[in-house]
Amino acid sequence: MPLERSELAESSAEPGQPQPYVWRMNFGPQHPAMHTTLRLILTLDGERIVDAVPDIGYLHCGFEKLGESLDYNQYVVVTDRMNYVSSAANNVAWHEAVERLLGIEPPRRCQYLRVIAAELARISDHLVCIGAMGLDTGAYTHFMYAFNPRERINDIFEALCGARFTTSYTRVGGLCRDASPKAIQMIREFCRFFPSVLRDLHLLMDRNRIFVDRTKGIGVLSKQEAVNRGCSGPVARASGVTRDLRKDEPYLCYRDFDFQVCCATEGDCFARYRVRLAEMEESLKIIQQAIENLPTGPVNLDPGYRVILPEKGAVYQTIEGLITHFEIIMPNRGFQAPYEEIYAATEAPNGELGFYIVGQGGDAAYRARCRPPSFIHYALMPHLIRGHMISDIVPVLGSLNIIAGELDR
Amino acid sequence: MQPNDPQVRWLKEPELGWTGKVYLPLFVEGMRTTLRHLVGPKLTVQSPEERHEIPEPLIYRGVHRLNRDEQGRVKCVACFLCATICPAHCIDIVAAPSPWPDRDKYPESFTIDELRCIYCGMCEEACPVQAIELTTLYDLTGKSREEMIFDKEKLLSVYDQTKDAEPIFQSWPLPAVSAEQENAQKK
Ligand code: SF4
Ligand code: SF4
Repeated sequence: MPLERSELAESSAEPGQPQPYVWRMNFGPQHPAMHTTLRLILTLDGERIVDAVPDIGYLHCGFEKLGESLDYNQYVVVTDRMNYVSSAANNVAWHEAVERLLGIEPPRRCQYLRVIAAELARISDHLVCIGAMGLDTGAYTHFMYAFNPRERINDIFEALCGARFTTSYTRVGGLCRDASPKAIQMIREFCRFFPSVLRDLHLLMDRNRIFVDRTKGIGVLSKQEAVNRGCSGPVARASGVTRDLRKDEPYLCYRDFDFQVCCATEGDCFARYRVRLAEMEESLKIIQQAIENLPTGPVNLDPGYRVILPEKGAVYQTIEGLITHFEIIMPNRGFQAPYEEIYAATEAPNGELGFYIVGQGGDAAYRARCRPPSFIHYALMPHLIRGHMISDIVPVLGSLNIIAGELDR
Repeated sequence: MQPNDPQVRWLKEPELGWTGKVYLPLFVEGMRTTLRHLVGPKLTVQSPEERHEIPEPLIYRGVHRLNRDEQGRVKCVACFLCATICPAHCIDIVAAPSPWPDRDKYPESFTIDELRCIYCGMCEEACPVQAIELTTLYDLTGKSREEMIFDKEKLLSVYDQTKDAEPIFQSWPLPAVSAEQENAQKK
């Protein structure tokens, strides 16, 4: 590799001081350690990172533009594909924003089921994150033990909504379908089985010296930096920021549940790893409470609100039901959003996932902006890896859990 | 939240201890965990010899089918609701006056581009006569793009193929679980 000077090297060098040893390397986008399709342009001094420039946009799909033509129900299929590791959490976030725009509130049973889906998605997301972090630092068994329970979560989603990965679970004012007895039973079984997984994960990695040496003190983010750079979710909480939207600005029915917010003070990769592990415990608590106290009653809002399709029985047998059914689907007769702007944020597994919607009357938004946690966290990368070795990029990236679909949208 | 809020759980860093520093005792412990999994139940499914078991076949979202009514005619009345709601715009219907007296229109041609479809199930939700449904067939393959554009005959043949395993969904949505049933399950 010729040691040729790059413009990047110049920008990081002291003025007038030549740095002949600094060279530039591309990391990603097609690299197994760069989880999805992320790209970093590294400036290296030997194996030490002098500077890094994250280059985004490789997976840009124009999701926000699609939000201007798809209606509020249809757009949920696009949110699935943003953070595809925890799609149910994205569905919940999107419809939380839409319902605030329309000024409606879904029934209790729907809220509980949404909480269950979102928390299952959180567990699944954290399992991927800590599993992949283990994999990247050489612990293949750990990765497998984290992925096995994820398989069960996928099965539960399959029973809840018919798809394992792209759930499209929510609708405006309700859900695509009510939970069947089988699905509820599967969630109960999962609650019984999951603590053993957590025990295994703790046992394998908590005091594993190889893992601890590779993650402790790596990529330290101070509390002040975390606040200044707009971090949220587990990344901020691992740095000692006590903020969780489920407690601070409760949405859905999170007020009903008894759970704690897990925080650590170190702010390094190991702290982020431990925060995620502990959060899974808390999520499990929420799921247990929700499934045992699941309210009976309808999951969908009354058809009188004119936002959700009426029950099929009403469609087949009553003329009002049939008319409502047709009108909700027809583009010029569907629900009418007010001319307003709204920003609603939820606590997604990765951090604050918010949607900013501008309503323009009809049933599609004028603008549907997404505030993805990965975007903000990927901007941290240069700050976190500066001065470390190349091999430290991998745990830092794993602990931030950047999802390219959400980052590039 | 304030840092001293009782709802905040401050995590302590686990003590490495001498066992962690020496590494060998923990290696033994890790090995024990691994060996315990060796005798546990297998989670892998040997596809395609073994099939993945679908928990709720009636709500699974796989390949589409067009249902037939009792007389074997296509059930669809060409109302275009499915084509309107489809987020991927992959349904194409050509309507024609119906040859049968019980309805006005019927689909002369009905095509779904299965490559473009995202299997969201919204067409099934939108259909007012239960004419279109998603089946449990999930391993759809083809050798060309044309092969994956399903026309009416193909969609009806999917119905013939799956009608015994998956009857037309009668109650929709699924009946809500009553309180007694739930209590029975808890025990
Ligand atoms: S499943 Fe969804 S994408 Fe596919 S045809 Fe039906 S509505 Fe369209
Ligand atoms: S919604 Fe049903 S009846 Fe209407 S065109 Fe589609 S398949 Fe036919």
